[in-house]
Amino acid sequence: MNKLLVSPSPHIHSKDSTRSLMMDVVIALLPAVICSFIFYGWREMVVMAVSVASCVLLEWAITKYMLKKPSTIGDLSAVITGMLLALNVPYTTPWWVIVIGSVVAVGVAKLTFGGIGQNIWNPALVGRVFLLVSFPTYMTTWGAPQGVVDAVSGPTPLGAIQEGLMQGATVQELTSAYSYQDLLFANLGGSAGEVCALALLAGFVYLCIRRVVKPWITLTIFATVAVTSLIFWGINPARFTDPVFNLLTGGLILGACFMATDYVTSPMSVKGGIVFGVGIGFLTMMIRYFGSYPEGVSFAILIMNSVVPLLNMWFKQKKFGRK
Amino acid sequence: MSKNTFSIGGVHPHDNKISRECAITPLPIAPTVYIGMSQHIGAPSVPCVAVGDKVKVGQVIAEPGGFVGAFIHSSVSGTVKSIAPRADLAGRPSTHIEITVEGDEWADGIDTTDTLVTTIPEDPKAIIEKVKLGGVVGLGGATFPTHVKLSPPPGSKCERVIINGCECEPYLTSDFRTLLEKGEQVVVGAALLKKAMGDVPCTIAIEENKPEAIAHVREVIAKLGYSGIDVMVMKMMYPQGGEKQLIDAVMHRQVGSGALPISVGAVVQNVATALAVYDAVQKNKPIVDNSVTVTGECFPKQANLLVRVGTPLRYIVDYLGGVPEDAAKIISGGPMMGRAVANLDAATVKGTGALLFLTEKQTRRQRETNCIRCGKCADACPMGLEPFLLNKLSKAGDVEALEANAAQDCIECGCCLYSCPAHIPLLDNIRIGKGSVSGAIRARAAAAKAAAEAAKAAQTDKK
Repeated sequence: MNKLLVSPSPHIHSKDSTRSLMMDVVIALLPAVICSFIFYGWREMVVMAVSVASCVLLEWAITKYMLKKPSTIGDLSAVITGMLLALNVPYTTPWWVIVIGSVVAVGVAKLTFGGIGQNIWNPALVGRVFLLVSFPTYMTTWGAPQGVVDAVSGPTPLGAIQEGLMQGATVQELTSAYSYQDLLFANLGGSAGEVCALALLAGFVYLCIRRVVKPWITLTIFATVAVTSLIFWGINPARFTDPVFNLLTGGLILGACFMATDYVTSPMSVKGGIVFGVGIGFLTMMIRYFGSYPEGVSFAILIMNSVVPLLNMWFKQKKFGRK
Repeated sequence: MSKNTFSIGGVHPHDNKISRECAITPLPIAPTVYIGMSQHIGAPSVPCVAVGDKVKVGQVIAEPGGFVGAFIHSSVSGTVKSIAPRADLAGRPSTHIEITVEGDEWADGIDTTDTLVTTIPEDPKAIIEKVKLGGVVGLGGATFPTHVKLSPPPGSKCERVIINGCECEPYLTSDFRTLLEKGEQVVVGAALLKKAMGDVPCTIAIEENKPEAIAHVREVIAKLGYSGIDVMVMKMMYPQGGEKQLIDAVMHRQVGSGALPISVGAVVQNVATALAVYDAVQKNKPIVDNSVTVTGECFPKQANLLVRVGTPLRYIVDYLGGVPEDAAKIISGGPMMGRAVANLDAATVKGTGALLFLTEKQTRRQRETNCIRCGKCADACPMGLEPFLLNKLSKAGDVEALEANAAQDCIECGCCLYSCPAHIPLLDNIRIGKGSVSGAIRARAAAAKAAAEAAKAAQTDKK
C-alpha cells in the first residue's frame, strides 16, 4: 500500500486560487479592451501590448534578480496592472512613457511594498498618476479615435467643460455637444478605458456573477457621485454638470468597477467598503467641480486607498454571539 | 428553495453524496475487536473486566471515569484477551480492551427484535438514566456524553430540542440513510429526548438536498401521531450542522462566546444519537454498533455499513476490496472536519461516521502565496472572525491580541482555509493560536485561584 498523507482538516479546497480570480478580472476587462481596439485601432493595440509586456517582464525580472524569490507572474496580477494602465492613458502616448509608467506601477507601487497583497495603493493608478503629473502634455492630449467607427474628435468632455467654464461659458452650452448615447456607447475623446461605458459595465456584471468583486463599493461610488452632483447641479445648473453626465464621463466607470474594487487596496467589510465608496464618490466630485484637474477619480481612489487600513480596523463584521 | 440557515458566513462545497443510494448493511463481525477507553469527550472510561473474562454483546466493560464520562459496552461476545495501550487513528496510544470474538451472544435484557416501541416513559429522569446506562454519546462528531447534555445546570431551561439531520459535510450519507431506513426509530428517539427535556417542542432539521428523508420523516411523524415534533427544511450550507450555527438557523438565537447551547434554551442532538437514544431507552440496547459511510471517488465500492464498535479500520477496508492504488489520504469523518488516518490498524469508535478516500489531486495542499486581502476567509467564517488577522497574530505569537480578536471562538470548521485563494494554512495557524489563548486563560484562572488562596492563608495567619 502507498504512504498515507496526514494533515489537519480541512482536506479539500475550493477551486478558487489567486490566479483564477485574476483570470476572471482579465476576462472581465476584455470587452473594454476589444472596444478600445475597435475605436483606436492598431495604436491602441501597441499601447496595450507594451503596457502588459513591460509590467509582466518587470515583475519577473525584479522578483528574480532583485528579490531573488520565486516568480509571481503566474498569478496574472501584473497582466491586470498592465491592462488597466493601458486603458488609462491616451492611445497616442509614446511607448517609452508607458514603460516608465509600468516601472512606477509594478516596480515602485507594488514590489517595493512586498508584491501582491502588500501594496497600499492600486499599482496601475499610481503609474497613471505619476505619468499625469510628469508628462502632462502626453497624458492630456487626447487624439481623435481613428478606428473603424466614425467618431468625434477633441478633448475629453470633462476637460472641455473645465476649459469652457474658464472662458465664461455655461455648462448647458457646453454639454449640449454630447448626447447621453454618445457617452454610453462610446466614443468621445478620452483614454481607452473612458470611452465605452457599456463594455466596462458588462465586465463588471461578469465579475459580480462570478462573485469576484464587492459590488457594494462600486454601487456606493455611483450613488455618491449621483447624489453629490444632483445637489450641486440643482443649486446651479449653469456652473455644475448634471448627475448622468458625471456618471458616464471620465474614468468613473473604469475606476469604480475595476480599480476601487481591487482586493488589496479596498476594505474587507461591507461597512468599510461603503465608507470607502462614499469617500471616493465625494472626493471625485469635489475634484471635478473645484479642483484644477478636470478628472478626479484616480486621485480620489488613491486618497481613499490610504485610509483602508483604518477602515479595516474601524469597521469589522459582527462576531457570532458577541455584542 | 429553503432560506433557513445561519446568519454569518458559510461555504458551499460540492456535496458529493455519491453513496446516497447505498443502504445500510451489517459488516460481518471482525475476528478481534479493540475497544478504546477514550471514545468520548471527558475522562477516559475505566475497564471493569479482566483479561480472560467472557463477555457478551452489550455487557458493560468499562465505567465512566468522571462526571463527564460514559459507559462502554462490549460490541461482541468472546474473551477479553488484553487490556493495554494501542495506537488510535492518529497513532497516539490509549488504553484498549482487546476481545477475541466467539459467536454472537447478546447480554440478557436486550431487545434485539425489530418491533417498534412507541410508548414514551413518563419519567424524564428514567429516560436520562437509561441513556447514561446505554453509553450514549453525541454521534455528530463531538462525542459529548449525551446524559450530561440532557442534565442542564440548575437555573437553565431547555426550550427546544433540535435533532441535527443536516449532514452538511460533503460525502457523508449515514445520517441520510438512517433517516430513510430507521426514520421511525429516530422520531421515537426525538420524542424521548423531547420528553427528557420537559416536553418542549422538537425540530428535526434536514438540509434540502435530502428530499426523500424530509418526506419520509414527515410521514412518520404523522403516522406515529406525536405532537410538537416538526421537520424544518434547511438551505444547503456548510457548517450548518455546527451546534451554534444550527441553533442560530432554527431558533435565531446566538450562543455567546464560551457559553453552552442551553444558555439560549437549546439542546441539539444528532440523528444517529436520537437512534442510539431510542435503542438505549426502548430496547435496552447500548451503543455497540454505528453506521459508517465508506466512500470516495477513487474507492470502487461505495457503502454504508453497520459496524461493531472497535472494528479495525483495515478490516472494513479489506472487506470492500482494500485501499485503492490512487488513494493518498484516508479520512475518518468528512472532508471538512474529519481527521486524517495515520494508522489503518486503529479501531472504530462510537463516533466514527465515515471513512473517506481522497486522491492526491483532491487533497494535496497547494503552495502558499501572498495574502491578497480579498477577505474571502472573513466572509466564510461562520463565527464572524477575521482568519487573516488571527493567522498573522498567531504567527507573531501575540496571545493578548488573539484573545481580543476572539481566536478562542473558532470552531475549526475549516471554511477559511477552504476558501483562501492564496492557499494560506489559516486554520493550522489559528489552531496554534487558539491553543496559546486557552493556555493563557487557564494560567489566569490558576493565578487568580492561587492569589485567592494566598489571601485566605494570610487572613488566617493574622487571626
